[in-house]
Amino acid sequence: MDKPAIDVAYVAELARLELTDEEKAVFQPQLENIVKYVEKISSVDISDVPPTMHGRAIVNALREDEVRPSLDRETALANAPARTGDEFMLPKIVEGAES
Amino acid sequence: MLSAWCLVLGAWCECGEVENVMSELYELGIEGAAAGLAKGEFSSVELTQAVIDRVKAENPRIGAYLTFDEDGALAAAKAADEARSDASSHQAPGTKHQALLGVPIAVKDLINVKGQPCTCASKILKGYVSPYDATVIKNLKAAGAVCAGRVNMDEFAMGSSTENSALGRTVNPYDVTRVPGGSSGGSAAAVGGNMCIAALGTDTGGSIRQPASFCNCVGLKPSYGRVSRFGVTAFASSLDQVGPMTKSVTDAALLLQALAGYDEMDGTTPDEPVPDYAAALDGASLKGVKIGLPKEYFIDGLDPEVKRLTDAAVARCSAAGAELVEVSLPHTEYAMAVYYIVAPAEASANLARFDGVRYGHRSARSDDVFNLYARSRAEGFCPEVKRRIIMGTYVLSSGYYDAYYGRALKVRTLIRRDFEEAFAKVDALLTPVAPTPAFKIGEVQDPLTMYLNDLFTIPSSLAGNCAISVPVGFTADAHLPVGVQFIGDAYREDKLLRVAKAFEDAS
Repeated sequence: MDKPAIDVAYVAELARLELTDEEKAVFQPQLENIVKYVEKISSVDISDVPPTMHGRAIVNALREDEVRPSLDRETALANAPARTGDEFMLPKIVEGAES
Repeated sequence: MLSAWCLVLGAWCECGEVENVMSELYELGIEGAAAGLAKGEFSSVELTQAVIDRVKAENPRIGAYLTFDEDGALAAAKAADEARSDASSHQAPGTKHQALLGVPIAVKDLINVKGQPCTCASKILKGYVSPYDATVIKNLKAAGAVCAGRVNMDEFAMGSSTENSALGRTVNPYDVTRVPGGSSGGSAAAVGGNMCIAALGTDTGGSIRQPASFCNCVGLKPSYGRVSRFGVTAFASSLDQVGPMTKSVTDAALLLQALAGYDEMDGTTPDEPVPDYAAALDGASLKGVKIGLPKEYFIDGLDPEVKRLTDAAVARCSAAGAELVEVSLPHTEYAMAVYYIVAPAEASANLARFDGVRYGHRSARSDDVFNLYARSRAEGFCPEVKRRIIMGTYVLSSGYYDAYYGRALKVRTLIRRDFEEAFAKVDALLTPVAPTPAFKIGEVQDPLTMYLNDLFTIPSSLAGNCAISVPVGFTADAHLPVGVQFIGDAYREDKLLRVAKAFEDAS
């Protein structure tokens, strides 16, 4: 089988995960090994087999759409790494936006 | 905190008789503790203090607990004692409904208990304080249990040795040079080392059963959906289950009773009645019980002592009157591959919430939003969690989804059907729990080799069945505990526990 196509540096960026060069060098062969291992499922005949999405299928677990008490604002903000007033604080998101 | 502890210890020492009882209180399981509490032989405060005492003495060596809220524990114990004395006038003491009243239960550090830390053994959640109770904790508190100690684990439950904890090292109480197993290694070490009366673990691909085997405990993974996952930090949502880790099968039944059932906060819990698990154990016997031996689990490469002890378990069942049947689960060889696609895929989505915005670690180098995410996650997660996030992102990414994730879900169906066919013929399956006994700390370095620990526990997780690890004996030279796994039909924990109890009694 060909060497698996996983590009660890690229996928880590998709996952919003900064890797050091050292981590990239260690993870690349490890993940190639793991991907190669899981490719054994390619030989299984899956024609006409439906997927299993859950450990136990339950259809439509619904409840009435009603407002209920939830965490109050202070509690929800209590673990915030940074806040401003009643909101979570983030670095500026829109770079060089007009107006 | 220390002074309060010494004060109570001093009070015990004034009474020699009480001291004698005290010295063994922490060794009790749920059944023994409940009986003693009901008879008034000791109070919950005394029981809880004995556990605190034990934890103080042993935890520096074993490292089972990350934190222990002594004041909270003693306050809960006092409340339990008061509730018992209030109730004694109009309720028969010692009924199963009171089995957990005043009993200290160790909680794996990914289950939220209001006001306590919940770190998932990760730097990314260091300092996090839970704003609410998980449903299982609500249930335990309603039953009067004392939930004050938080036990170590592999970070975000990813691992089989607890070596992936970023916050502490846990060793095996039976041999401190070896791992306790994982990911519920702290729970297993706390139970096996008599540092709690019982513990909660979680199992995604074997994380209750394998450490239970390594630390001489009973470990039950309930059927998928039997126990609410609300408030339990998600790893792989289609697989995760909370379950009991205990000193006996009866204790597992008593603890499961409080955990199991429908929860409107978890849409994967069906509104189906919960059997009386303790009552199901009455007169447990293996006579005429059909036990299947899946030939795919009795493989070359099994550690010789694990093989000897598994054979001994088979012989014990046979001697107790069970009918042994060879069965086949033909898609077993693909289970690990399916698992290491499905579980990382779900993990990569679940762990996207750890982004340094609303809670958890935020990188000091977050000059823009991308770096805020990428650097907070880089600094917060351990290598194994990073590997699984990358693996999961890969199998879900455009161009690879169908070949990996989509295909794995279909093979999962074939694995589930294998079990359905087997349970048309047998009452339970008997298999090894893990291919080896507890291994040395640092011995397994390669990730894929570490994954092989879950070879025998993963298939039943994918199928959604219940399964239990029960101690069977010790290896000849190293004297390491080894368990045997019984797998039950989905939602037949009552039947599975009955088999396990009869097996335990036949020893």
